[in-house]
Amino acid sequence: MSNSIISLVNVSKSYKRDSFNVPVLNHLSFDVESGEFLALMGPSGSGKTTLLNLIAGIDRPSSGKIEINGVDIATLSESSLAKWRANNVGFVFQFYNLLPVLTAFENVELPLLLTKLSKADRKQRVEFALSVVGLADRMSHYPKQLSGGQEQRVAIARAIVTDPTIIVADEPTGDLDKNSAVEILTLLERLNKEMKKTIIMVTHDPNAAKIAGITKHLDKGDLV
Amino acid sequence: MKILKLIIRNSARHKLRSLLTVVGIAIAVLAFCILRTVVTAWYAGVDASAPDRLVTRHAVSFIFPLPYSYKEKIASIDGVETVSFANWFQGVYKDKNNFFARLAIDEETLFTVYPEYLISKEEKEAFLADRRGCIIGSGIAKEYNIKIGDKMPIEGDIYPGNWDFTVRGIYRPRDKTTDATQMFFQWTYLNETMEKNSPLRANSVGWYLVKIKDPARSAEISNKIDNLFANSKAETKSETEGAFQQGFISASGAIITAMNYLSFIIIGIIMLVLGNTMIMTARERTREYAVFRTLGFSAFHVAGLIFGESMIISGFGGALGLLLSFPIIKGIEEGMPKGFFPTFNLEPVTVILAISAALLIGVLASIFPTQRAVKTKIVDGFRFVG
Ligand SMILES: Nc1ncnc2c1ncn2[C@@H]1O[C@H](COP(=O)(O)OP(=O)(O)OP(=O)(O)O)[C@@H](O)[C@H]1O
Ligand SMILES: [Mg+2]
Repeated sequence: MSNSIISLVNVSKSYKRDSFNVPVLNHLSFDVESGEFLALMGPSGSGKTTLLNLIAGIDRPSSGKIEINGVDIATLSESSLAKWRANNVGFVFQFYNLLPVLTAFENVELPLLLTKLSKADRKQRVEFALSVVGLADRMSHYPKQLSGGQEQRVAIARAIVTDPTIIVADEPTGDLDKNSAVEILTLLERLNKEMKKTIIMVTHDPNAAKIAGITKHLDKGDLV
Repeated sequence: MKILKLIIRNSARHKLRSLLTVVGIAIAVLAFCILRTVVTAWYAGVDASAPDRLVTRHAVSFIFPLPYSYKEKIASIDGVETVSFANWFQGVYKDKNNFFARLAIDEETLFTVYPEYLISKEEKEAFLADRRGCIIGSGIAKEYNIKIGDKMPIEGDIYPGNWDFTVRGIYRPRDKTTDATQMFFQWTYLNETMEKNSPLRANSVGWYLVKIKDPARSAEISNKIDNLFANSKAETKSETEGAFQQGFISASGAIITAMNYLSFIIIGIIMLVLGNTMIMTARERTREYAVFRTLGFSAFHVAGLIFGESMIISGFGGALGLLLSFPIIKGIEEGMPKGFFPTFNLEPVTVILAISAALLIGVLASIFPTQRAVKTKIVDGFRFVG
């Protein structure tokens, strides 16, 4: 019996540009096992971000089926999909995407505001997430008072605070120096190994891909 | 609440931009309040008019007098209760800038026709007993510090000569819209003086004030009066007091109409200014809104953030403008010649209008940016380059 948590069947995606369709992903089919660390590589414009967005449920395929934990997410309504994202997916972006007017604590707390958790429960969870990424002492700092590596760690804390099953990361080290990049990758590796998170990471960096269990290569919308 | 905190912090993000917008809205609301106050004050005269009073004046213009003999004829018409009359006296009290109405009135009927001028029985009797007595409104008494028994010398212009009056009574306004800035003296005194000095001008009346029993019959009675004097040397025009005031106002009414429109145009302009600010702000935050929605917040949460910020800015601006308008309108009132308007106050209706205008500014200014934020897809939000 396969233990796959993510299952793509014949997924295609094209964008409309002016009057004609631009195909971006062509009939992709693959599974991701639960607890796997998958790296997506490929040249710029090959469709990595697009694929990640489809799996994370912030975009919809033009055709094909994406099943995650048995849920066909393409069939969900806009609002159910939003709820589904909040409960199942943690996001890490290349440019951290923290809100500048919120402290590290408040940024991490943000996704919890959609839950029914009490203030005390939220506090406990946020403190735990920030301690996992080693920033328990920076809770009241604003993003501009943090280094790039620290910002990305706050972003990772935000991604894990709701305890999602899947973490998607789009070039999480793309904007960092070598040392910070290593820190972030080590952190992701720990999340995968110790907390059993399924991680899909887009990267251009072969060293980053090394820590992943599996690497898939995309080229012009095809898996190679 | 966390979200409210976020909205407030967002509003303070571009401090200078928000401050300028708040001040802009404050100035607009202030201008709105001042203009509305002028317009309201102007129309207060009309509001103060009673529906059961007709004004009968010369058909050509109210500057031409009517014969005193019309009084009995009008009084004989069915439905007429009391006939009173007045002459515009004007004159100068101490200084040309002391602008308030000075009228020769029919001392017998004035207080019957104008129950909104409140006066004690004693003062009324003292006034009737003194041919050279006068009655002033409490507004004038306060403004010029005049007491009962004081002399009030007036230098005549329409009726030349030096006129000496003694204040015998001070009337108080019954309603807020009642004009408390007039001076009345006996028409009989005026007429006696005219008979002596310029007999041709004697026995004439500026206009008649006709109190009728049933306001519903005002049109019918007006017609009857005017028909009575049709084809005479002095034809008349009768209308309700409200219509008369309106006509009086329309002489300078074009300016007031312009002010009326202008007050709303100002609100329209500031609405566009805030709209522009909010569009700019929302564009800059396109990526942040995409992050919000990625985390599971709905498009309406995001719309709420924009709407809330718009309301906070317009709310602050509106409150500031309103707060400023109280002392400033008071200052304008004090700087204006007394009696220029019967009342000059920031009326509750103006305050309500100003608050509604500020709210409306906030709501309408957020329409375009919220609409755009709701329609933008998450992936497009991330790809957006401002
Ligand atoms: N929302 C969109 N609308 C139109 N075209 C899009 C959209 N998103 C992606 N594309 C196009 O799809 C193709 C793949 O884009 P994608 O961002 O997935 O590439 P990528 O592999 O992530 O590239 P990079 O390594 O530069 O990030 C590109 O040609 C891009 O222009
Ligand atoms: Mg990409």
